[in-house]
Amino acid sequence: MRVKVFITPRKGILDPQGRAVEGSLKSLGFEGVASVHVGRYIVIEIDAASVAAAEAAVKRMCDQLLANPNIEDYRFEVEAG
Amino acid sequence: MRWGVVRFPGSLDDGDALYALRDVMGQDAAMLWHKDEALGGAQCVVLPGGFSYGDYLRCGAIARFSPIMKSVARFAADGGLVLGICNGFQILCEAHLLPGALMRNRSLSFICDFVNVRVENAQTPFTRAARAGEILHLPIKHGEGCYVAPVAELAQMEERGQVVLRYVDAAGVESEAANPNGSMRSIAGVANDRFNVFGLMPHPEHAVEKLLGGEDGLKIFQSIVEGAR
Repeated sequence: MRVKVFITPRKGILDPQGRAVEGSLKSLGFEGVASVHVGRYIVIEIDAASVAAAEAAVKRMCDQLLANPNIEDYRFEVEAG
Repeated sequence: MRWGVVRFPGSLDDGDALYALRDVMGQDAAMLWHKDEALGGAQCVVLPGGFSYGDYLRCGAIARFSPIMKSVARFAADGGLVLGICNGFQILCEAHLLPGALMRNRSLSFICDFVNVRVENAQTPFTRAARAGEILHLPIKHGEGCYVAPVAELAQMEERGQVVLRYVDAAGVESEAANPNGSMRSIAGVANDRFNVFGLMPHPEHAVEKLLGGEDGLKIFQSIVEGAR
């Protein structure tokens, strides 16, 4: 199974990287850019008995290591097969 | 007093910490290897600066799971003194031995400079040799030193005196300009609520001799030695 994990700066937390990219996009003339957040995208290949089992494992991975709950939010998608 | 300085793969300031303790302070200090679990009878464990595990994922996130960190967590739970400098501070936050987290500097640039920090709490085991309000002149060198914590938690930390060091200007006044990395409330160093774990972004081990541009860093190490007597 393949799991895609998306980690983004927690809302309300200062995101200087996102702000810098936002400023740069605006200076390039892209209109309508309301905000930009720069995060991390992690792809995990995992052997699991079921989608639910994979989800449970990845949630533990996120809580323990992949994301820092103080400053980051995460979500993930499991692709079966 | 017996000290242990932990060397992780990618540690950078472990040698300087050992030098400051042994050669300058005359302390009994030994290097500890991250894969070992023994702390060698250390009364104070130092997590030094550097780029442990290449700062992959997040600074300190992987070092936190080194075998020795289990022993350090147990040692801290038993009241042992733990000092985290720069990357060591990041590791302590990741290990939840200190509150909050350290993020990318507001400027997005790596900063290498001298800063002034004000001692906000001079009653901790790490600052008792300083006066409350004393200004220490110390070097910083980091890319991820922007301290953040939930606002409600910050208020509690302030109340308990856990905010130990704050960035100020030469006159001792907080300002945006004197806050090098955008840290909330200009925080440069914090302690846990039992005051036996302390982390700071400035490098006291790089400020232990006049030749190095100052010796204010000695105050931190002297505080710990005084307390152990």
